[in-house]
Amino acid sequence: MIQIKQVNKVFYQGQLEIHALSDIDLNIAQGTIFGVIGSSGAGKSTLIRCVNLLERPTSGNIIIDGIDLTQLSNKQLTLTRRKIGMIFQHFNLLSSRTVFDNVALPLELASTSKAAIKEKVNSLLALVGLSDKTDTYPANLSGGQKQRVAIARALASDPKVLLCDEATSALDPATTQSILELLLKINQELNITILLITHEMAVVKGICEEVAIIGDGKLVEKGSVGDIFAHPKTQLARQFIRSTLDLSIPADYQSRLVTEKAENSFPLIRLEFTGSSVDAPLITQLSRKFEVDISILSSNMDYVGGVKFGLMLAEFFGSEQAIQQAITFLKEHKVEIEVLGYVV
Amino acid sequence: MSFDAITNWWQGNERMIALLMDALGQTLTMVFASGFMGFVIGIPIGVLLHLSKKGGLLHNHLLNKVLGIVVNIGRSIPFIILLVAVIPFTRFVVGTTIGTAAAVVPLTIGAIPFIARLVEGALLEVPSGLVEAAQAMGAKPQQIITKVLLPEALPGIINAVTITLVTLVGYSAMAGTVGGGGLGDVGIRYGYQRFDGTVMMITVVILVIMVQLIQSIGDHLVKRVDHR
Repeated sequence: MIQIKQVNKVFYQGQLEIHALSDIDLNIAQGTIFGVIGSSGAGKSTLIRCVNLLERPTSGNIIIDGIDLTQLSNKQLTLTRRKIGMIFQHFNLLSSRTVFDNVALPLELASTSKAAIKEKVNSLLALVGLSDKTDTYPANLSGGQKQRVAIARALASDPKVLLCDEATSALDPATTQSILELLLKINQELNITILLITHEMAVVKGICEEVAIIGDGKLVEKGSVGDIFAHPKTQLARQFIRSTLDLSIPADYQSRLVTEKAENSFPLIRLEFTGSSVDAPLITQLSRKFEVDISILSSNMDYVGGVKFGLMLAEFFGSEQAIQQAITFLKEHKVEIEVLGYVV
Repeated sequence: MSFDAITNWWQGNERMIALLMDALGQTLTMVFASGFMGFVIGIPIGVLLHLSKKGGLLHNHLLNKVLGIVVNIGRSIPFIILLVAVIPFTRFVVGTTIGTAAAVVPLTIGAIPFIARLVEGALLEVPSGLVEAAQAMGAKPQQIITKVLLPEALPGIINAVTITLVTLVGYSAMAGTVGGGGLGDVGIRYGYQRFDGTVMMITVVILVIMVQLIQSIGDHLVKRVDHR
């Protein structure tokens, strides 16, 4: 549905060339929800703005539904954009228009009749659950409600594709969840292809089937969400996965942590379970086999796309030899181990 | 000069009252006629100034520079000089160089660059994201102007209307120079030149009330259309 072919984008700051995007290739199938994740400044915003040519790629092609947008005249492009919906981080609703009139705007642009507009807008507002806010001005809506209006507006012209530019980044976690559920519903009920960009792995985990990771303007990794979580190939991918788990050492442990083994101290170990880790009750096996006791400090395990993965912080008690054997055993079972230090 | 003096004077000066009424009518004609025409011409220029800017919808460096310079020249000429400088043009447009109609021409010319800059400023306050959203949904440039930019800038534009009308009240006082009449003219001729303090006072009071009214109506309208 969306083909991004060899797209490059170069910005000029005086004499300085900034390569915002280099050779991006993506193929997004009809009906999928595709996520692009990257840290701020990675170029993901530029990428999504290139898809509907709000930003014209320096080179490369954007093909949506068989039409190469980069080859269109300005007039044709304007008309083609009516089949590409877009929502934004800051909603971009018109403050001078009511909720109803905001949703009606794309239809007005296409000179739809008043009666048809009324019917369409009311059905869209029902879809996003805002039928009671018809005559409200955006200033009196919450962030989540504003994004719902923006979604209804983006759907007004029956687009085949919906672009979401950090659509949930300005929202709290609960609202983010409800907006994601709405996007999923739209994808399933209306069979709209959704391309969303975000810096939150949780968003990708929540609704995407496929994901691409970009860093520094380059495509670093792409694949099904399950695959990426199970077998992250790059450091960047691993970082994003870790960010969804967020496991930090408690402050009082941190203060008692030393880097060298001392008398009466035991190692604090981070265990990282990935898709390739052997799926067995390893922790209890460990303590039975090697005379070690394990005290779990914190643990965050998750299940995405048929794969268990997660992080665990644990203190290992036992003789030095037993602990060494235990670590070797875990490594053999493909659990990534990092000794963070020794707790005195 | 107490208020009593004015009321007493008012009762015994029917001819002067008729004169003041005439002058009030002339001031209103000059302010609103030139204000109206100023906006008809000034708003498009303001829009053009905004759109032709770097990164604007119809980015055109040359047009922006030329328009900017013309507008700046218009704004830097003192109104009293403009009033006499455009006399040949006034004759060409209204056929005469004296009278209220003749004063409307320089007032309009003086108002246009003023309005253009104010409208440009009002448009600048419309978040660029809104224009982007409109582009993304397939709005033609002309639709972006009429359906997004102007409605979103409406509070600012109404504010610009208010400021312009108040300024025109001030400018119109100089219209006496070309026989335009108006309250300012009466104030100068009867109040200043004939030492009639009461007339001076009355004209000033009427002008103050007029300005207050324009400002209050303007503020009220801004409040009504502003949903930000």
